[in-house]
Amino acid sequence: MAICNIPGLNTLRSSDLAVMYSFREKYDAPDRSLSFARWLASIPLWAVFVFCAIIVLYPTLVLAQSVAEREGPFQVLLRWMPLLLTSGFTLNILISFLTMALGTIGGVFLGLAQISPTRAIQVPGKILTHTFRNSPWLVVIFIVMLSIPNEVDIFGQTIPFPDWIKAVLGLSLPIMANVSEIARGAIQSVPSGQWEAAEATGFNRHQILWRIILPQCIKRMIPPWMNWYAILTMATPLVSLLGVGEMVTTTRLAMAAENDRPDLLSPFFGFCLVTFFVYCYPIARLTIRLEKRFAVKL
Amino acid sequence: MTWTTNLPIISIKDVHKSFGPLEVLKGVSLDVMKGEVICIIGPSGSGKSTLIRCVNALNDIQAGSITVEGQEVHDPHLDKLELRKKVGMVFQQYNLYPHKTALENVMLAPVVVLNQDKDEVEKRAYALLEKVRLKGKEDNYPGELSGGQQQRVAIARSLAMNPDVMLFDEVTSALDPETVKEVLVTIKELAAEGMTCILVTHEMGFAREVADHIYFTDRGVIVEHGPPATFFDDAKDPRTKEFLSQIL
Repeated sequence: MAICNIPGLNTLRSSDLAVMYSFREKYDAPDRSLSFARWLASIPLWAVFVFCAIIVLYPTLVLAQSVAEREGPFQVLLRWMPLLLTSGFTLNILISFLTMALGTIGGVFLGLAQISPTRAIQVPGKILTHTFRNSPWLVVIFIVMLSIPNEVDIFGQTIPFPDWIKAVLGLSLPIMANVSEIARGAIQSVPSGQWEAAEATGFNRHQILWRIILPQCIKRMIPPWMNWYAILTMATPLVSLLGVGEMVTTTRLAMAAENDRPDLLSPFFGFCLVTFFVYCYPIARLTIRLEKRFAVKL
Repeated sequence: MTWTTNLPIISIKDVHKSFGPLEVLKGVSLDVMKGEVICIIGPSGSGKSTLIRCVNALNDIQAGSITVEGQEVHDPHLDKLELRKKVGMVFQQYNLYPHKTALENVMLAPVVVLNQDKDEVEKRAYALLEKVRLKGKEDNYPGELSGGQQQRVAIARSLAMNPDVMLFDEVTSALDPETVKEVLVTIKELAAEGMTCILVTHEMGFAREVADHIYFTDRGVIVEHGPPATFFDDAKDPRTKEFLSQIL
């Protein structure tokens, strides 16, 4: 027996009076284009030390259960660290740089295609963008890596395609699609008055785009672009599934060389995690700072 | 047909313009002679801005004809660059390029569009900024200038193309009352030098002072027109009277 009815609790929450809902949710919704950088930048720095402590403690517990006397897991890790960083992580960085460069060039042109007044250019631009933006990265990488031959003969010269180059091509497709969206959004965020003022002084469309609109877009594009760089760098270990000798592949090989000792698992992969974090964390922090600065200045 | 100065520099004949189902201009005709200053006034939404935007082909028209120096504007084979060299336009929101300094704003079109010599354009740009009383502000970015100063840079930017006609689209509507005057002074000086001007404005006092001819538009048609003295003191049409009584 209900003594009183509380709307929304034991009775239907409805009213025939006008109800004003909060606008906060709509206006305070974080800019989704920076979601990754925002999450990464929000991690307090002490979390890393806590994480490192766990990596240190866990193998000690595992070790306590084993009786055999052998080299401690951290001595092993220390021995492998130079190789993991120089031949492993360096390749991740190299892949991320080249992918970003390729993806940015392709993406800007794809973004321009998306806003083209010519439908024959606009429609393919949109299709390409949305296809690669919404496909699983790993599937795209598999298709690209398995469909490109290992070497091509051009004019009697054999040009080899090493795996990591194929990986760059595969990864750059989703990056290209996302940069395309960033570019389209930035171009369309420039007030239409800029187009009109330029048109009224005789600029043609091409001149307006390259001399007036795109220079204004660069600033708007930098934070989301850096966000995607951080995402990309974190995604580079995907290519280890196809045997590219980057950090995760090297780690697995190193552990195999150490007879796959179970106590090495968390130090080695923990080291990978920390390395990626240490590299991407400052990028994320800078992204958020730049975004705030540009937001005020616009 | 070659154009001579005894013919209207701008001739608008029975122009119709619609945005979708909304007919904004319903047969507007007016002539402007070289050196004349005309003001178009009227309530908001009466098609004033649309009309002058049609003159430099920022908007297209559905019917009628607009000629500038004898050249039909709404010809599909129109050389837009030729038209825009002749017709300058200043906007309500200034629309300066925010990433360029005042000087660069003025220089950009002559250098990029007309391929003129950079040093020569720079000299002219300095002179133009001095003319609009902005000497010393050459290296400031638009964000560092007041609304009135930005609007004068916009006027200088338009003048840098050496136009024969200037269109002013409510150029003082977005300004603070105290900076309105400095922009109006600049326009008055231009008019005194013999520049052909078409102004869409809400500044009645200014219109009366500077205009040779006033056009009053309402709901897409020109209701009444005449020299300022006759127009303001001796309006015939009830709609004009009502508008003037509300605004004066």
